[in-house]
Amino acid sequence: MTNRESFIKGIRDGVPIALGYLAVSFSLGIAARNAGLSAPLASFASITCLASAGEFAGFTLIAASAAYIEMAIMEFVINIRYMLMSCALSQKIPPETSLPKRLLLGMTITDEIFGISIAWPGKLNPYYSYGAVAIAAPFWTLGTCLGVVMGNMLPAGIVSALSVGLYGMFLAIVIPPAKERKALLVIVIISMLSSCAFTYIPFLSGIGAGFRIIILTVSISLAAAILHPIREEEA
Amino acid sequence: MSHNAVIYILIMALTTYLIRVLPLTLIRREIKNPVIRSFLYYVPYVTLSVMTFPAIVSATNSPVSGALAFAAGIIAAWAGLPLLQVSVLSCLVVFITELFL
Repeated sequence: MTNRESFIKGIRDGVPIALGYLAVSFSLGIAARNAGLSAPLASFASITCLASAGEFAGFTLIAASAAYIEMAIMEFVINIRYMLMSCALSQKIPPETSLPKRLLLGMTITDEIFGISIAWPGKLNPYYSYGAVAIAAPFWTLGTCLGVVMGNMLPAGIVSALSVGLYGMFLAIVIPPAKERKALLVIVIISMLSSCAFTYIPFLSGIGAGFRIIILTVSISLAAAILHPIREEEA
Repeated sequence: MSHNAVIYILIMALTTYLIRVLPLTLIRREIKNPVIRSFLYYVPYVTLSVMTFPAIVSATNSPVSGALAFAAGIIAAWAGLPLLQVSVLSCLVVFITELFL
């Protein structure tokens, strides 16, 4: 398949992803608005980051006036799964793929686009991923913008309801695999209880939102990895 | 201390991009270490769990509607509903609950 054909196929396969992004990023826009961001700023974040959990955590930190270094560490930890995907993609593309093409391919790494890229039969033509991100990223940005704008216009009751939209999606990502794997279920419960403790127990609650997420993510994931390493067929 | 939102976003974008692109350009072999692989596998689940609870309870106008949305989301996800439906259901629970509060 030529580069052009791969690109067009990427756009076509990217359409359902783009529509899903419109809904998710709308909730993200509501979160951005709740954090006090304007529509242009929230859109700027979405077009440059293209990451739901990462952006959401970032907005939380902006609202909390966190330190810049806290923001950098937080984004690193929260998006660490992209490193794994990036490693996997490095095996998926032809070894002779040029540096500029690799730099561009890095921009396409999201859970969904990585998913369809890795499912490409044989070696991946990067133009396929470029096509998918070319349609998905504008929708992601548009949804974020709409979320902020509509959030400012809609009645308070509806904004309150939409504020849990992103959390609902997070639950939909976490719960199904936890249902299948007991170890993961235990880890999810421990994570939520620890987060609760760090939010409400007086001394622990003094730790800012960013460091709370970083400390808990690193410590719990590391403990889980040492105590219960995943078997290869699970990875 | 005054922070600039644009600088925050640039830090977010730069960090996120470096994570995405560095392995792709530098590491050319597969990670074999089981602990590192397990760590990378667990991270998203722990992060999303930590960010969701108890924050969801305080995200709405009333803690009651937030808590009910949390419960509804877990039940719907456990029952295997697709992502968007779980999300919409959580929102509906908040909206309906707050009509009666």
